[in-house]
Amino acid sequence: MKRIYFDNNATTPLDKEVKEAIIGALDLYGNPSSHHELGQEVRRKIEEARENVAKFINADKEEIIFTSGGSESNNIVLKSIICKTGACGINRNKGNGRIITSAVEHPSVIETCKALECGKIQTDYLPVDENGLASASSLRRLLKKPADIVSIMYANNETGVVMPIKEMAEAAHEQGALFHTDAVQAAGKIPIDVKDLGVDFLSISGHKMYAPKGIGILYIKKGVKICPLISGGHQETGMRAGTENTLGIIAIGKAALISMRDAASELPRIKLMRDRLEKNILERIPYSYVNGDREKRVPNTLNISFDMIEGESILYMLDHVGIEVSTGSACSSGSLEPSPVLQAMGLSVERMHSSIRISLGKENTDEEIDYASEELPKIITKLRNMSPFKK
Amino acid sequence: MAWDYTDKLKEHFFNPKNILEIPEEEYQADGTGEVGNIKCGDMMKFYVKIDKKDGKDIIQECKWKTYGCASAIASTSVLSEMATGKTIEEAVKITPKDIAEVLGGIPEQKFHCSVLGDKALKAAVEDYYEKTGNKDKIFWKKREIICKCLDVDRAEIESLYHNDGVDTIEKLQQKTKIGTSCGQCLKKAENLLEELKSSSSPHIS
Repeated sequence: MKRIYFDNNATTPLDKEVKEAIIGALDLYGNPSSHHELGQEVRRKIEEARENVAKFINADKEEIIFTSGGSESNNIVLKSIICKTGACGINRNKGNGRIITSAVEHPSVIETCKALECGKIQTDYLPVDENGLASASSLRRLLKKPADIVSIMYANNETGVVMPIKEMAEAAHEQGALFHTDAVQAAGKIPIDVKDLGVDFLSISGHKMYAPKGIGILYIKKGVKICPLISGGHQETGMRAGTENTLGIIAIGKAALISMRDAASELPRIKLMRDRLEKNILERIPYSYVNGDREKRVPNTLNISFDMIEGESILYMLDHVGIEVSTGSACSSGSLEPSPVLQAMGLSVERMHSSIRISLGKENTDEEIDYASEELPKIITKLRNMSPFKK
Repeated sequence: MAWDYTDKLKEHFFNPKNILEIPEEEYQADGTGEVGNIKCGDMMKFYVKIDKKDGKDIIQECKWKTYGCASAIASTSVLSEMATGKTIEEAVKITPKDIAEVLGGIPEQKFHCSVLGDKALKAAVEDYYEKTGNKDKIFWKKREIICKCLDVDRAEIESLYHNDGVDTIEKLQQKTKIGTSCGQCLKKAENLLEELKSSSSPHIS
């Protein structure tokens, strides 16, 4: 059976050109810290990748460090900045010991904040409205009490909702707080311009933009100081020790180049497909509801609920006909708790349990949208016919 | 998270048996029963038709409707097959463990929350008893339910306390997953444990 991959927010397939770049670099075993030609050949490749990645987000090359992924980038920012101002006991009096983040962040932000609580760091969570949006004005209210750093995601992984990062960064800076954005779900889906956004830190993950797992980026604005999370050698200007992940770095550099090259043609095509699928579902399936703001949203994501039925059963029925999606239902999480993102939006339990996330990518086709538009109504009807809540 | 569902479970999920396909009013079941609710993520309804044979009540037909995950649907489906043709006395003895065995196993994390059909079936036959004037046979519905989502009753908690040394809410949650769904029953469960502790000490076997 042909598999249709609609779960690109979970991870993306490896781009063919990126794959070729990796294959072409497999024999480059030199250590980029070595001064001989074998090492320097690799060094040049790494610096070329850094330049491409910098261009990709309109940063300067010196502002980019390579990490193992989005989770590490987020950890570096939150732990380092707090460390400098309090958690490790150094300069304890200088910092405020307070982080502000949102209620819908990725676990690598929320759990890191929770972990810091034992270091007496307080975290306050910015609420979101029913469309999944946090606002600069509510951030300003929270900032009346001083904070060290504000960390708000650029685009949400479950709903695709895009936060007003520029306004929020401004609000944070007005009160002397630094601003970090987890842009893992924005990279490759909307243009990123760190200068325009005015952020101090920005995290990106390779495997959400057609590069492999295990490589990520952290943008650190010139002049902003942090403590490294991994200390050791002088790699990445001392900000991230460890011999460089050469293959991963070359791959993400290539992926950034491709993303810039193809954005103008690919992103509108993906948006058209998403919008068509959304329209088909809403027209063909009664009692279906889109979750999250439909305007302020990345072009590939569709989070939708179907009343009267439960999301995990929808997921498996779709999987059975070859369509791969994910769900915010409690039954798939193992915890009996539905998605914290949808909970924060104040959705009804029924809405949360019946939600599925469809996230498209550049390998999807119009035929796949047609197929899904045919299969989904059949599956929803089949499950509703089993449901005691059928209207 | 991907669950390790058996082929038999998948078969019952993709091709469920004995779904009630006509409206309830038309079907005219001899007894109906339900368990769970939408908040908890699982809800099941059973409809039975009973045949009297040699003075025994036989489940002639067993239909159902289920809201829930794949294992909730599959376990209801397989139970409807297991119960059909059995006497009521035999059918109410079917346990979640029996259902899981016939399905070739159910993922551990799914067991407590999705296998609730036996309870809905018990409620259905007691509805039949009630309608046919056999109120003396009703015991299931009289139970004191502590956790509505996962259908944990007082007797089960008392038994766990006395026989398995379950004397804290954490231990109780390990055994039954009580209060992990909507959480409304947690206080009630804690109070019950306190009550048990003040009247006797648990026996640890």
